[in-house]
Amino acid sequence: MDKWEDNRAWFLVLPVFVIVAFSAIIPLMTVVNYSVQDIFGPGQRVFVGTEWFEETLHDTRLHDALWRQLLFSGLVLLIEIPLGIAIALTMPKKGWSVSLSLVTVALPLLIPWNVIGTIWIVFTRPDIGLFGKAINSLGLTFDHTASPLDAWITLMLMEVWHWTPLVVLLAYAGLRAIPDAYYQAASIDGASAWAVFRYIQLPKMRGVLTIAVLLRFMDSFLIYAEPFVLTGGGPGNSTTFLSIYLVKIAVGQFDLGPAAAFSLIYFLIILLFSWLFYQAIQNVGKGEAP
Amino acid sequence: MTLEWMAWTVPTAVFFITIALILTAMTIWETVSPTIERRGFLPIATTRGDRLFIGLLGSAYIHLAWVGMTDLSIYIALGISVVWMMVLMRWG
Repeated sequence: MDKWEDNRAWFLVLPVFVIVAFSAIIPLMTVVNYSVQDIFGPGQRVFVGTEWFEETLHDTRLHDALWRQLLFSGLVLLIEIPLGIAIALTMPKKGWSVSLSLVTVALPLLIPWNVIGTIWIVFTRPDIGLFGKAINSLGLTFDHTASPLDAWITLMLMEVWHWTPLVVLLAYAGLRAIPDAYYQAASIDGASAWAVFRYIQLPKMRGVLTIAVLLRFMDSFLIYAEPFVLTGGGPGNSTTFLSIYLVKIAVGQFDLGPAAAFSLIYFLIILLFSWLFYQAIQNVGKGEAP
Repeated sequence: MTLEWMAWTVPTAVFFITIALILTAMTIWETVSPTIERRGFLPIATTRGDRLFIGLLGSAYIHLAWVGMTDLSIYIALGISVVWMMVLMRWG
């Protein structure tokens, strides 16, 4: 096929560009402007250079929040991606049970995020919650409002319950797109179930898994509503993730300058990690036989 | 329309104009002579646009590291970034 020489189609992208400029680029530029100034009010501002960046980079509470955030996102990826693939592999391939299992799996995705937090507060309460009461009846003390470890366990359970379905749906779509011929060839060769998974299913799922890893990383790195509702960042600071800390500065104290500097550093971290994940997944297994 | 709400300053305006000029220049360069993906000292094959992105992201981190770890002038970090950018575009 000849190369497409007519570039007029680019003009069709113009409306999207205008919308993105309005909703993302101009606000981002404003954040950059805020990050180098001390904002007292409309029209009252002083240029302070890199002061907010220095303050933010030396803020030990921010360092703690960042490590917490990285641990959280790391655990999310380590649990949700393998679990999602495993569930997708066990799901039915044809018949009425396909629709049933898809809808059942997708249910948590339909619930608003702050409602999820509320559901899990009630579910895990030691006095009235089904989960909290059941655990405590077994003789284990469990209270996510008092123990940091319990708060983390609750948050991880909630996160896994809420978002593994997304990985399942993506992995399932990837699996369904593999032509039967691959499986037939594998059975003729007498390939084991593991070999089928390792050399057919996993490579064929690369595209959807790239999306799954990127989405789960970015979303878990930006998580706000669920821990805000469930633990409010506590007990102590044990579940104060980056976005919760950011909102404390920007809204709670109305320090727009430091909050803007913080936001930019936050943005750069997400940009770097997303790019690294993307490159890693795109290049994994390259050089192997196709 | 007033742009007062965006709280512009001279340094940030210079920064964004530079970025816009770089993007325009790269677009024109791409139209005149399209890039060929190649392999330099980076572990991945890159196009010119890829190297620009890596260079800009790297420059941002150079500045952050500079501000975070030293009290020296930010212009030294800017100089390092320009050198880094040129090395990356040529040999990356």
